[in-house]
Amino acid sequence: MSERLNELTAGALGKKIQAKEVSVKEALDATFAAIDEKEESVHAYITLNRDEAYKTADEVQKKIDSGELTSPLAGVPVAIKDNMCTEGLKTTCASKILYNFVPTFTSTAVENLENAGAIILGKTNMDEFAMGSTTETSAFGVTRNPRDITRVPGGSSGGSAAAVAADECAYALGSDTGGSIRQPAGYCGVVGLKPTYGTVSRYGLIAYGSSLDQIGPLTKDVTDTALILEAVSSYDKKDSTSVNRTDTDFTSALVNDVKGLKIGIPRDYFGDGLDPEVASAVKKAADDLKAAGAIVEEFDLSLVKYAIPTYYTIADAEASSNLERFDGIKYGYRAEDFTDLHDLYKKSRSEGFGPEVQRRIMLGSFVLSSGYYDAYYLKALKVKALIKKAFDEAFAKYDLILGPVAPTTAPELGKSLSDPIKMYLGDIYTISVNLAGLPGICLPCGRDSKGLPIGLQLIGDCFKESTLIRTAYTYEQLRGSF
Amino acid sequence: MANVISDETIEYVGILSKLKLDDAGKEQAKHDLEQMLDYIDQLGELDTDGVEPMTHVHPFSNCFREDVVTNGDDRENILKNAPEEKDNMFAVPRTFD
Amino acid sequence: MSKEYETVIGLEVHVELATKTKIFCGCSTAFGAEPNAHTCPVCTGMPGSLPVLNKQVVEYAMAVGLATNCDITRHCKFDRKNYFYPDNPQNYQISQLYLPICRNGYVEIETGKLSENQKNALKGKNGSEITENTEVKRKKVGIHEIHMEEDAGKLVHDDWGEVSLVDYNRSGVPLIEIVSEPDMRSAEEVIAYLEKLRMIIQYLGASDCKLQEGSMRADVNLSVRAVGSTEFGTRTEMKNLNSFTSITHAIEGERNRQIDILESGGKVIQETRRWDDTKFESYAMRSKEDAQDYRYFPDPDLLPVDIADEWIEKVKAAQPEFREAKIERYKQEYQIPDYDIELITSSKRMADIFEEASGICGQPKKVSNWLMVETMRLLKEKSMDPDQIRFSPANLAKLIELVDSKVINNSTAKEVFEVMFDNDTDPAKYVEEHGMKQENDEGAVKAICEKVIAENPQSVADYKGGKDKAIGFLVGQVMKAAKGKADPGTANKILKELLS
Ligand SMILES: [Mg+2]
Ligand SMILES: [Zn+2]
Repeated sequence: MSERLNELTAGALGKKIQAKEVSVKEALDATFAAIDEKEESVHAYITLNRDEAYKTADEVQKKIDSGELTSPLAGVPVAIKDNMCTEGLKTTCASKILYNFVPTFTSTAVENLENAGAIILGKTNMDEFAMGSTTETSAFGVTRNPRDITRVPGGSSGGSAAAVAADECAYALGSDTGGSIRQPAGYCGVVGLKPTYGTVSRYGLIAYGSSLDQIGPLTKDVTDTALILEAVSSYDKKDSTSVNRTDTDFTSALVNDVKGLKIGIPRDYFGDGLDPEVASAVKKAADDLKAAGAIVEEFDLSLVKYAIPTYYTIADAEASSNLERFDGIKYGYRAEDFTDLHDLYKKSRSEGFGPEVQRRIMLGSFVLSSGYYDAYYLKALKVKALIKKAFDEAFAKYDLILGPVAPTTAPELGKSLSDPIKMYLGDIYTISVNLAGLPGICLPCGRDSKGLPIGLQLIGDCFKESTLIRTAYTYEQLRGSF
Repeated sequence: MANVISDETIEYVGILSKLKLDDAGKEQAKHDLEQMLDYIDQLGELDTDGVEPMTHVHPFSNCFREDVVTNGDDRENILKNAPEEKDNMFAVPRTFD
Repeated sequence: MSKEYETVIGLEVHVELATKTKIFCGCSTAFGAEPNAHTCPVCTGMPGSLPVLNKQVVEYAMAVGLATNCDITRHCKFDRKNYFYPDNPQNYQISQLYLPICRNGYVEIETGKLSENQKNALKGKNGSEITENTEVKRKKVGIHEIHMEEDAGKLVHDDWGEVSLVDYNRSGVPLIEIVSEPDMRSAEEVIAYLEKLRMIIQYLGASDCKLQEGSMRADVNLSVRAVGSTEFGTRTEMKNLNSFTSITHAIEGERNRQIDILESGGKVIQETRRWDDTKFESYAMRSKEDAQDYRYFPDPDLLPVDIADEWIEKVKAAQPEFREAKIERYKQEYQIPDYDIELITSSKRMADIFEEASGICGQPKKVSNWLMVETMRLLKEKSMDPDQIRFSPANLAKLIELVDSKVINNSTAKEVFEVMFDNDTDPAKYVEEHGMKQENDEGAVKAICEKVIAENPQSVADYKGGKDKAIGFLVGQVMKAAKGKADPGTANKILKELLS
């Protein structure tokens, strides 16, 4: 065997397991061996699920042997971002305020994977409550980029992206509120997809910005992306914003053909602040697709510069409300001494939340407060409508939009948090996708002179994941192995 | 800086957010909030007169459940994570009305 | 008092809806469960849980809105009201601010003609009776809006420990909040308004509307102004009013407090106050940590509710006949006094029993009598509401038939009714089992009469001497000897024959 089992894609490993070439336990052994070897330097996980994983592996193996489980994901080990509830398995959102929280139910997306026979390896590190772009705001230490451990893995799903890149899992789930799957996928050189809003149930996902949050896969190739997306997406009656889709047969979109596909490139995505090495790698990718028969055109999408202030107003407003439930009364961290109820609230929250989370809660509370609601929050909702309209117009002309996922490759550890606005600007290419509810995929399209991965982002119209998958799959063939 | 956050305002934001800020924390929070508001103020450049605020990105409505009891007694689970519990209830500092 | 003052009152009435489950989860709303037995991740605000709207809540809210002449908002939304308190597990309440389901309605109230509740509530604090005004005045009270929202949990104060305890069984129980315009001017109008709302909602079956049990709760917004002034004064909001009496007291107390402030040159502060019915005063519910800035914004977890014409028509078609229509119809259909009609229709349960029992036995007047006299007496004796009546219309009709066919006499019927009132016992079976049938054999009654005449020479002499009343005593003796099972009419007739 030339390749170690933990290095296989989910699809390849699943096939070997179904063919009885490999047992579920062997797959787990290889993956945990990689975890044991690399965690000290990478720190992709907050919590490991070793004992339970082996127990589940036995049960799954039996079901595979009896023919009860035939899913290509049966027996394949997965890493779950630590903001998705897992019954009996600690779920912290990388926050001290949930340092000991053990959910009593499992999120729908994870349940869908479990039903397919997936084995949960553990819960991955992230920015606290998914607020951040570097995984440095975690209360449980930073995650390092496996491609260069002096650099961040991106965020907020940095642990998931790093675990995939380091072969510490076959694939992972992340969540994306403003780029939190796609940007770390770009920094770590893996594939990450944020589905159309409503495609994957949010039930059990601990909310950051409820109108923007979506769960999606981080994988080693585009084939896995289609496979995993197909498995996790479902219409869920427990999530009112879940959409009843009938077109979730995403694996059938794995077709090597982009002839006649109309691709739009926003000029505004290639302005100031974009690293020239990133720009040329992304343009090269566009040229490759053009050579394969796609029609590539530049167009104006000037409104995107307003996406960041719009996003932070809406996401922080929702977050300020979503995070009110963490008050030291029903679960999680409670301060040790307090004089009365309000002191208990304030101390538990100030000691339990990190600085970035507190910053966003305060901004969110402020923009909703009396006298400021119209000027900030309502204004942002109106700009959101304009941004959505601009994308609608773009998709009237193009099948998809192509651009970079981030202005630079992965920054060095410890360099980002001191200037929040500069950090927020890094999300310029990903954020508008969440505001408009669109699907977006990021896959590697080269390396810079330091050897760091460069991410290519493809954005589709709502419910057009198939177009993204087809294009990404085609590009992946053109690009060759990464 | 266009936005100036007063001591009273940051105090008020602390009450709304239920966060305790020491003096250094207050100064930092004032600075951060001023900087963010200045940044957000660029939305003022856009004319949004007559634009309908968009709360939901999809035009869907009417998601209902039927009025049927589906949950049983789940007390043990509900109280499992409680920092303090008494008589199957969550305990909080003595509170009136 | 140098000036004449007018009291301006608006009400916020919370009504717990009679759904089987909570507004956003499948937990039961039944009363009396062990603490936290009716909870789930949704209604305890567990991380990751999400709300899904109970359709029945929307239908009840629409039904109340239509019955109170409101416009139904075709596109309505839910908003979050943010405030920290332990009874509120998410620390925000899901409610409606920007687009409530019903707007711009009204109800018509009648004042001047006092109901029992009004009379009781209007007794002054020294027990002084308010004189009854016989002139009936009709007035429209505007309804600003009705919105749907979730109830909070319950805080239990632990007298021994240093703690309060939270029970989330009521958390997420559906409420509608009915917000009136500031159209009321007196406690009498307020109570008439509340009674009107209660009547409508009970008729709809949307709630049992019990103030004491908290399924109907009223917050009073009150301000005063000089008579003739067209501007409103500064208002206060009073909470914790759980009976008509405390509402009346609170209005009187708060009116006086505000007038005192104004008369001494002060200013009324807009604030929320809590009424203490034992101390007969209100106090401000202020805290340094209470910003009263709820930061309402549309709840991203819930979709808007779009209400089509057909849905409104469907709810309309299912509306019951309301009290006014019933009164008119009863006047046409039944030969019973207006007073009886008023009382019977004051409760949907009573009206339903009346109509069904009358339909079975064909004797509305007799059904009405049972309701007006014996039923009312027992309700009062047992401090019950008409809604709690347990006996079935069929059994009441059967009882009436038993009397008509002389199987039992009236006094036996009353005895049987008391048992039936408690347990909905079948009267025919009960009479049979307890040997209560009356003696209808004239020969047997005659024998008893003869015996009574022989044993009571003095009364016989009195009767024969012209004292007609003496026959009553003799009938009584016959009934006694017959152990109540004789027909008093028959006894009377036979006695007269024997003594003639
Ligand atoms: Mg309310
Ligand atoms: Zn519940």
